[in-house]
Amino acid sequence: MVESVKKFINKIGIPTFAVGALLVAILIAAAALGQSIPTLLTDILKRVGMNGVLVLAMLPAIKSGTGPNFALPVGIEGGLMAMIVCMQFDFSGWALMAASAVLAIVFCSILGFLYGKLMNAVKGAEMTIATYSGFAIVAFFNILWLAIPFSNRKMGWMLGSGLRETIQLKNYQASRIISDLLAVDIAGVTIPVGVILVLLVFCGVVNLFFRTKTGYAIYAGGGNPRFAEASGLNIDRNRVIANILSTVLAGLGIILYAQGYGYVQLYNGPLNMAFPAVAAVLVGGATASKVSIANVLIGTCLFQGLMTAAMPVANQIFTGTDLSDIMRIIVQNGVILYALTKVKNGGDR
Amino acid sequence: MKGIITKLTGDSSFDLKNWLLDNIVTIIFWVFIIVGLFLARDVSIDWFFTELCNRFYRNAFLILSLIIPVVAGLGLNFGIVVGAIAGQLAVIAVRYWDMGGLSGFLMCILIALPIAVIIGLLTGILYNKTKGQEMITSLIVGYFGNGVYQFIVLFVIGVIIPVQMGHPMILYDGIGIRMSVDMGTITYSLDNLLQVPFAPFVAVMAFLVLAYTLWYQFLRKAKPGTKEKMSPIQFVLFIVLSLAVGIFAVAQAVTGGWMTKVREVPVVLMLVIAALALFITWLMNTKLGQDFRSCGQDQTIAETNGINVNRTRVIATIMSTVLAAWGMIIYLQNMGTLNTYTAHNNIGYFSVAAILVGGASVSKATISQAITGCLLFHAMFILSPEIGQAVFGQAALGEYFRTFMVYGVIGLSLGLYVWRANKRTKLELKPREADGTLKA
Repeated sequence: MVESVKKFINKIGIPTFAVGALLVAILIAAAALGQSIPTLLTDILKRVGMNGVLVLAMLPAIKSGTGPNFALPVGIEGGLMAMIVCMQFDFSGWALMAASAVLAIVFCSILGFLYGKLMNAVKGAEMTIATYSGFAIVAFFNILWLAIPFSNRKMGWMLGSGLRETIQLKNYQASRIISDLLAVDIAGVTIPVGVILVLLVFCGVVNLFFRTKTGYAIYAGGGNPRFAEASGLNIDRNRVIANILSTVLAGLGIILYAQGYGYVQLYNGPLNMAFPAVAAVLVGGATASKVSIANVLIGTCLFQGLMTAAMPVANQIFTGTDLSDIMRIIVQNGVILYALTKVKNGGDR
Repeated sequence: MKGIITKLTGDSSFDLKNWLLDNIVTIIFWVFIIVGLFLARDVSIDWFFTELCNRFYRNAFLILSLIIPVVAGLGLNFGIVVGAIAGQLAVIAVRYWDMGGLSGFLMCILIALPIAVIIGLLTGILYNKTKGQEMITSLIVGYFGNGVYQFIVLFVIGVIIPVQMGHPMILYDGIGIRMSVDMGTITYSLDNLLQVPFAPFVAVMAFLVLAYTLWYQFLRKAKPGTKEKMSPIQFVLFIVLSLAVGIFAVAQAVTGGWMTKVREVPVVLMLVIAALALFITWLMNTKLGQDFRSCGQDQTIAETNGINVNRTRVIATIMSTVLAAWGMIIYLQNMGTLNTYTAHNNIGYFSVAAILVGGASVSKATISQAITGCLLFHAMFILSPEIGQAVFGQAALGEYFRTFMVYGVIGLSLGLYVWRANKRTKLELKPREADGTLKA
């Protein structure tokens, strides 16, 4: 019995097991405390839809061998810039979504290309450098938000120049525009079919991409660079392609996130967004060098589920303290630390 | 050109391009500060130096705590955040018991020691399990430690550890510590021990440097193996600068110029910082220090030479953590209040950025780099909003700019370091790939 339990835990991985068990425990506690489970599930699905593509952005980076994309803010800022430019020209509703998606692909491709080049220059220390590239680009865009003379009144402060910290998408008829699309009520649980479909389409496209020749080449280069190089593959080029893909996904992911949230968060909003996404994919069973679409989906559900469900439960048991946020910090970083101990043969120079 | 440079530096292998790449961050900062002082006309020079000195007294100890792990090959220890947390826990305990003054300060130092040793031990073991990824690990350790710390101060204190209701430090419902803790009479307890005016202090220091330079160049009998003399350019620079600063300081003291308006110098605190610098220098010449160095250079060779690499690395981490804890206490006695939930957050970034600005790298850090880095980095920090105000009419722009500089500096220097190291390994016939094909 103990043997088989051990085997089971080893098979699905300790982080997946621990977070899964915690989630189940919290859901049971929620039911016991008399909280509405359908409401909880609705909230979880909402958060999964918002965060899914951001977590998916980890996949190409891990497959190409650069490790989890700690520089997620690079793509996020690209996506935000795309949205802000479209909002400046008063796009709204679906036009805003479409236009900013197109623009985000353009911006993020450029940023991703540069970022991929950077990652090739710093092989062996990608994760550290990526983290600081992410931080630095957030600080750089902070300057841009303040310095670029955007003039649309809906985005500026009442007084003075510069953009607001959070911009309401309601004023652009784009708040929850995808999240509320085709939403279905089943036994009190609202299932956001639209956003889940979008997420699945993204997963499908990425999956298809990794079945093309380039996709296989990226995968081969990430798994065994020396062998791939010996077979004549251009690893550096493939790593750049993978990082462009990852950055573009981050840019599109933030658009999906912003519409689900109802606000565009500028300035330091994206600063720490990489870490929950990294933790989520690791919770799904990925490692710093191995990942699948299933890892992304399972991880997003478990991690976001835990974060969403913990808050009302913790607040009810220990009123007045913000224990759920503390739990988020500990779980998120604990999972990343655990994954780091499993990184093989790091660039020990 | 080449000939002149060789003559001036007294080093035939000197390469201008490599020197520039080595010092690019330091150069950027010098240029920024000099241009900044011209642009920000509203900044009075005595205010600038008061601020700079204050920040120096506060941060120097913390920045020095980064040196040992770099030498031991662990890279830049962003995990000094958990050291700072140990210091804060000690401060909280001492303030809870309402101790104050110098004895309260010393009590903080004493209590922080065991906490920091335990935390350092745990992080050291973790760094051994994540070899090659220590820097990202240390960053995440800081975040993780922050979570555990918040759990302790917000929940454990009050629920598990019983505390007195209505204590001014405890939140009104008896659970958790308030947002800010007043340091009481611990504030300035070290700073106020002995203070001397700024101008005479600078004069004395300048003449000491002058005397030391002369002794070093003409009277000292160099030990075999050490550098015999300074290069001509270094020597002339030291002499001219120290003489100029010394005479200027004396003139200022006599005429009552701006230097007399600068905050007085806390001599004891300066002595503590100097003592730490001396300790690190001494340590590097002991057996343990040599072990640190061998681990930093090549772990495999160190292991074959009979050094217990893992143990040595753990010791380096413990030392760094303890020093960071003490550094944080010194920082707090200067600040006057402890922001319970945020004080430690930026300690890692700022200290690492500062030492990098001084010209340190992942594998090399010296005391002079820590000191110059501390001064340059904080000069930028003070000037940035002023420049934003003066040039763009927005102080906020300058504040975002300095955040950008913090992360940019860390990213740029780490990136350049790895990029150059990778280029070097490619030049050296790809040794790692060679053994890879052998195994395959």
